[in-house]
Amino acid sequence: MIQNNAPALVPLIFLFAGIIIPLVALKLRSAAYFIVLAATLLSTIVSISNVIFVLDSGPVRYFFGGWPPPIGIEYVLDPLSAFLTAVINGIALIVLVHAGKIVEKEIQKHRRVPYYALVMLFLCGCNGIILTGDFFNLYVFLEISSLALYGLVAAGDKKSPVAAFRYLIMGTVGGGFYLLGVGFLYVHTGSLNMADIKEILPVLGTQPVVIVALSLMILGLGIKMALFPLHGWLPDAYTHAPSASSSIMAPIGVKIGAYGILRILLFVFGIKFVTQVFPIAQILTWLSAAGIIYGSILAISQDEMKRMLAYSSISQIGYIGLGIGLANPYGIIGAVLHILNHGLMKACLFLVAGNFRFKLGHSNIKEFTSSLRKTMPWTTASFVAGALAMVGIPPTVGFFSKWYLALGTIENKSWILLVVILLSSLLNAVYFFRIIEKIYFKPTNSKQKEEERPHRKGTEVAASMLIPTLVLAGALFIFGFLNTLIVKGVLMKVLPPGM
Amino acid sequence: MNISDIYTSAVPLYAVLVSLAAVPLILLSAKRQNLREFWTIAAGVVKFCLVLTLLPGALENRVATVCLFEITPNIQLALKADAVGVFFAIVASGLWIITSIYSIGYMRGLGEHKQTRYFSYFAVCLSSTLGIAFAANLVTFILFYEILTIATYPLVIHKETKEAIYAGRKYLAYTLTAGVFLIAAAAWTYQLNGNLDFVPGGLLQGLVMTAGTAVPLFFLFIVGVGVKASIMPLHSWLPTAMAAPTPVSALLHAVAVVKAGVFGIIRVSMFIFGPTVMAEFGLNRILIVFAVITILVGSLLAFKQDNLKKRLAYSTVAHLSYIVLGVGIMSSTALIGSLLHIAFHATMKITLFFCAGAIYVHLHKENISEMDGIGKAMPWTLGAFTVASIGLAGIPPVNGFISKWYLGAGAADSGQFLLIVVLVISGIFNAGYFSPIVYRAFFRKGQEQERQKEAKSAMVIPLVLTACLSVVFGIFPNSFFSFFRLAVQAVTGIFGGPFP
Repeated sequence: MIQNNAPALVPLIFLFAGIIIPLVALKLRSAAYFIVLAATLLSTIVSISNVIFVLDSGPVRYFFGGWPPPIGIEYVLDPLSAFLTAVINGIALIVLVHAGKIVEKEIQKHRRVPYYALVMLFLCGCNGIILTGDFFNLYVFLEISSLALYGLVAAGDKKSPVAAFRYLIMGTVGGGFYLLGVGFLYVHTGSLNMADIKEILPVLGTQPVVIVALSLMILGLGIKMALFPLHGWLPDAYTHAPSASSSIMAPIGVKIGAYGILRILLFVFGIKFVTQVFPIAQILTWLSAAGIIYGSILAISQDEMKRMLAYSSISQIGYIGLGIGLANPYGIIGAVLHILNHGLMKACLFLVAGNFRFKLGHSNIKEFTSSLRKTMPWTTASFVAGALAMVGIPPTVGFFSKWYLALGTIENKSWILLVVILLSSLLNAVYFFRIIEKIYFKPTNSKQKEEERPHRKGTEVAASMLIPTLVLAGALFIFGFLNTLIVKGVLMKVLPPGM
Repeated sequence: MNISDIYTSAVPLYAVLVSLAAVPLILLSAKRQNLREFWTIAAGVVKFCLVLTLLPGALENRVATVCLFEITPNIQLALKADAVGVFFAIVASGLWIITSIYSIGYMRGLGEHKQTRYFSYFAVCLSSTLGIAFAANLVTFILFYEILTIATYPLVIHKETKEAIYAGRKYLAYTLTAGVFLIAAAAWTYQLNGNLDFVPGGLLQGLVMTAGTAVPLFFLFIVGVGVKASIMPLHSWLPTAMAAPTPVSALLHAVAVVKAGVFGIIRVSMFIFGPTVMAEFGLNRILIVFAVITILVGSLLAFKQDNLKKRLAYSTVAHLSYIVLGVGIMSSTALIGSLLHIAFHATMKITLFFCAGAIYVHLHKENISEMDGIGKAMPWTLGAFTVASIGLAGIPPVNGFISKWYLGAGAADSGQFLLIVVLVISGIFNAGYFSPIVYRAFFRKGQEQERQKEAKSAMVIPLVLTACLSVVFGIFPNSFFSFFRLAVQAVTGIFGGPFP
């Protein structure tokens, strides 16, 4: 019984939490954080049990209000959506445990309650996007999550409102494009339901309207996903946002756009349409490849760790786009697996950046010295784990993403893309070992020693921040070993029909 | 093809994991030096014994295998102790014990910092080296190969000087790039074949391939493993990495890391491509060309190094290509020579590095031009040095002669007489760049009166031991570990049929 309603449950938990947080906080302000944790924990449990249920007994379709599609809104829990909701909720849970202390430090007291409410709305939006089977409903959730994100970014440092405003403009334009695309599609097919449109499209054949609609939707989602060259909003937003926001946006936020593209291209329009009739998959692949290289090179020249990680995200999101664009089983498996893997890596690294900011008050790479390895040994060790994963050293998760994507490029005989993927891992090595060198080997000069003495007393960050960091660092290895389990158990069932 | 008898046994896994298990113990006893070093030695001895228990099986063509779990779909994380693997494992784990004893003398003698880090990463390196030796397929191989790359980095930059950090960067730039090539090659092979197991005689044998596939694929592989094997022009990280402490240079840059590279070349040429495919596309000629260039240029470059360790490094570069050359000749005799040279070059070169380290710790001299008359102060050390350099020049009764003999005989077998000339010239070069050192040490008078004492016994005993081993193996190549029989066994598996 509960399982039949499962698709709707997760977004509703977050929506409900988002609404009651301000109400409860009127009486008891400190409760906000605990509601956040409880809601995230609950939805993590629900979404993991959803995965098990879906693998056992197949997809679940849920009609909102009992109205069957195409009239009503439909939620679909298939292996892809079940897996991705489990991934984002699990990562969100770990990040939010970490967030408690750092939100107290970085965000003024009177802003914390709305801040937490926004986090809930953001997660509600993300889960909704993944679970919905309706194009317009997807737009609604896209805007919910984006609007929440603008707020989460704007709560940061002095420059953050500007960054948020820029993001708002870009994001709204993106949303507009998507909506326009949906409009065209609706006019043409008379439906908003994904499954329905999938049936209708082949009957109508290839018409310019369909191609324009598809292009607009991909363009809109491409902005949300920060697909090169539509990534302009991302570096500032990540850098100036509060640490807690950036560590929840980076692993989750842009993946939602990638998911949208994956769903539309390969599940609704179908592989044949997007590769042969209108080769938008190839365009996606090449833009992603350009983004991979561009992001990696710009990451090398950054002096601020969060900004470096932001450019690195542009590069990594390219891996996902590239995998989707390859439109073959290995590519898709690599892309979906990388959504998980990159989520873990980036979350780990942003938590490390958060820990540095918490202790040092900054995360300027130039000012890192080897005193860090003494004062924060576990945080720096987690950084190394994250760095190794980003470079793709086995047995970390990064290696396996690289492996599946490499197999995918070879299957398509796209040698240049193979070079891009592998070259990028070397560029990753450049910018990560640059930091490793500093935090392990750069001698501390005497002036800094004096300044840092007060920090020495409390050496590491609090357990509530350290444990999530270490859990993620450990997960980078554990999920590396478990990758076959995930690929065989879940991802092979994720593949669109006909593969 | 003789089918090997496969049985399941976890011993290869234990052999890999022993030194990894020692790491937490080493870290926990950081404050108590003797206990910490005890763990290293204990792990070394246990590891060596475990490897030795695999020896009788490998000699009788019974292969111990262990499959852990699927690391990626259709590919197991699997270890197998075949003759080639056991051969390499014996060399690496045996010399680790000796190097550990030497390390204690060296690190304490110099009062080096961060010795705990040093010993723990050394243990990780040895785990991954044995993993490389026992890897049953390419993915397992890559896994350990990359771990070795990373675990060596903290050892290379150990001194944390500008020079060391530069060496570390260069090392990573070369080896990580190589790793990427290897991954590309493995992925491509998987797409061709759907399987990545190491099969004696070649995995790709019988697969329809064009030269357009085989040659680029082979190049990817050779760059992938050739960096660690320091084939020219991929060699230049090795001399730079001499910034590391001498025991690191001794074990890793003369035995474990670089031999992992040549071992990789053997695995790729004989177990992935196989002699038939190699011959079909003339891939072995590629190996021969690069090997000959490396042997000659490497030896020439060794001449102009005044820094002793750098001279040894270039000598290593040249000698590694002896092994590559033996693979390229592709006769069973030459391959036996190659395998023997893995072991024998190891005992000789490690002796030389030990000597260089002892001289550095005891007399603080790194440059050959300052070494006048040191033979009087350190007769044992320089005696061992002399023995090992005789061996490297290929003069009997030291073991370098035997491996070189088989390489030459193999070249003659396959009618490539020009290669014998190369071997002879290189022998002369070896004599040329080692004899000035011996001459200075023993026959020139030092400017100041040297201290009339040998270095610490923790350093002298290991180096005398390895020098003695070099001689013993030179006279009885089958003593202790049946290296010769093991090599024959391995080669029989690859070329099929009984050894002529």
